[in-house]
Amino acid sequence: MSSSRTGIGASLGLAPFLVYVTLFLIIPTVIVAIGSVFVDGAFTSDALEALVEPSMLTVTWRTVLLSLATAVIGAVVGALVAYVVATANPTGLLRRLVTSVCGVLAQFGGVTLAFAFIATVGQRGFVTEWLQDNSGINIGDSLWLYSLKGLVLVYTYFQIPLMVIVFLPALDGIRPQWREAADNLGASNWQYWRHVGVPLLFPSFLGCTLLLFANAFAAYATAAALVNQGSPILALQIASALGNEVLLGHENVAYALALEMIVIVALVMSAYALLQRRTSAWLR
Amino acid sequence: MSTATARRRNQVLLRWVVLGVVGLLFFLPLLSMYQFATRISSQNPSKWDAFRAIANDPQLTAAIKTSLELCALTAVGMLVLLLPTMVWVRLKVPWATRLVEFLCLLPLTIPAIVIVVGITNVQSWVYYLVTDGPLSLTFPYIILVLPYCYRALDAGLSSIDVITLSEAARSLGASWFTVITRVIMPNITSAVLSAAFLAVALVLGEFTFASLLLFENLQVVIAALGLTNAPVSVAVSLASLAFAAVLLFLLSFVGGRRQGREAV
Repeated sequence: MSSSRTGIGASLGLAPFLVYVTLFLIIPTVIVAIGSVFVDGAFTSDALEALVEPSMLTVTWRTVLLSLATAVIGAVVGALVAYVVATANPTGLLRRLVTSVCGVLAQFGGVTLAFAFIATVGQRGFVTEWLQDNSGINIGDSLWLYSLKGLVLVYTYFQIPLMVIVFLPALDGIRPQWREAADNLGASNWQYWRHVGVPLLFPSFLGCTLLLFANAFAAYATAAALVNQGSPILALQIASALGNEVLLGHENVAYALALEMIVIVALVMSAYALLQRRTSAWLR
Repeated sequence: MSTATARRRNQVLLRWVVLGVVGLLFFLPLLSMYQFATRISSQNPSKWDAFRAIANDPQLTAAIKTSLELCALTAVGMLVLLLPTMVWVRLKVPWATRLVEFLCLLPLTIPAIVIVVGITNVQSWVYYLVTDGPLSLTFPYIILVLPYCYRALDAGLSSIDVITLSEAARSLGASWFTVITRVIMPNITSAVLSAAFLAVALVLGEFTFASLLLFENLQVVIAALGLTNAPVSVAVSLASLAFAAVLLFLLSFVGGRRQGREAV
């Protein structure tokens, strides 16, 4: 009897945290979900129908392509960098330097990365002017940096570092003993990777690629700072719908777009969590 | 033996080739930023003007002040909310471990831009009850940093015996406040520091909430400056990237000590 009383009393200790998370995370999410199908208390599917209009489908498809392309490039290059860092001294300066620079670019980047590329390959960028002076090629005129192609380039610069950070733990889980065992049994380098290394690392690699996809899909800051005209991707559409919500009939388009984003990101992240669980069996 | 030696030599070679090529590709934008910000132009009459303007532009200094205040408030608020909860879960309600972990990692799945769309109603209460200034962003920012700080604190708490420490302190008459501030915290200083550093780095780089809730923090002003004075916006971008890099580099030493202790 006394244990049940302390049980309830003890649970109260969680109240501040639960109330806070409910207020600032759960309620906003629920508002988005409800707001996309209810306007002034009445059910309407207008906003959801707006999602499948051809123009909106194009935006979604474009966002998927952008996320997919940058996730694959980021995963492949990032995994390679993570591998060469993992084989170095784990407490050495090289590893500290690489992981902290990657941390900055992956999580801090956003707006600053957009300006880094305006300074590099923008109309008056360093590389643009150097190419102009030395070879006569002009890459600054067509404004490609401010379009989807530009977004792919700039996103790659935070996707590769993110891959390095999230893939390193999996590589650290590979024990040198496995390599030695394979050597002792006469395995060649190719056989080791074909039968031991790749099968162990692949679930994690796939999971990290999904994480990168979700990361690009949800990113807003870089695109907002780089793209001044139009809203080529989903995050920018949400922001512009949010700005237009005073327009009659547009109140819940922002909600519906946001709901679409939650659903896609949540699906991808669930798949990521499943793959991570598979990896964690031998990681520790 | 000889295959292992040869392989190590190959690994070192591969390492320098890969890091050389990728490093060069990542160094180029940084070099370009430096060159762009120090190039002489009508907006930038002498070499260091763009960097000097960082301290002299009132809009920019106000935004930097706002961002630094938000960093401090978010780091403190996150610790006040998260640390007692996590200690409490370990001591009294272990069945809630998965729930708290799930809620802390949830912001990774719900993008910031989605929270912004739904948070207007909640924020209007914050504006009414607490403040309608930019510091009201502290509340959503604490949610934003939860996943990263949870992981840092969780690693720290896992490396000490929370139950024994707090039972010992309680039986000697310590209050719960004393247990957390004078018994638990000093034992996980490095984890608390890394959680706080991560919160600071994330808040300094935050753009989505501030821009869509119409407040001016550092990133919002950098983006706005980009339209009027490109050299200054590039100079601030470079300076803030460098600041964050130094912060995380220092953090890597803090984290390294913790890992070392865990291994024992």
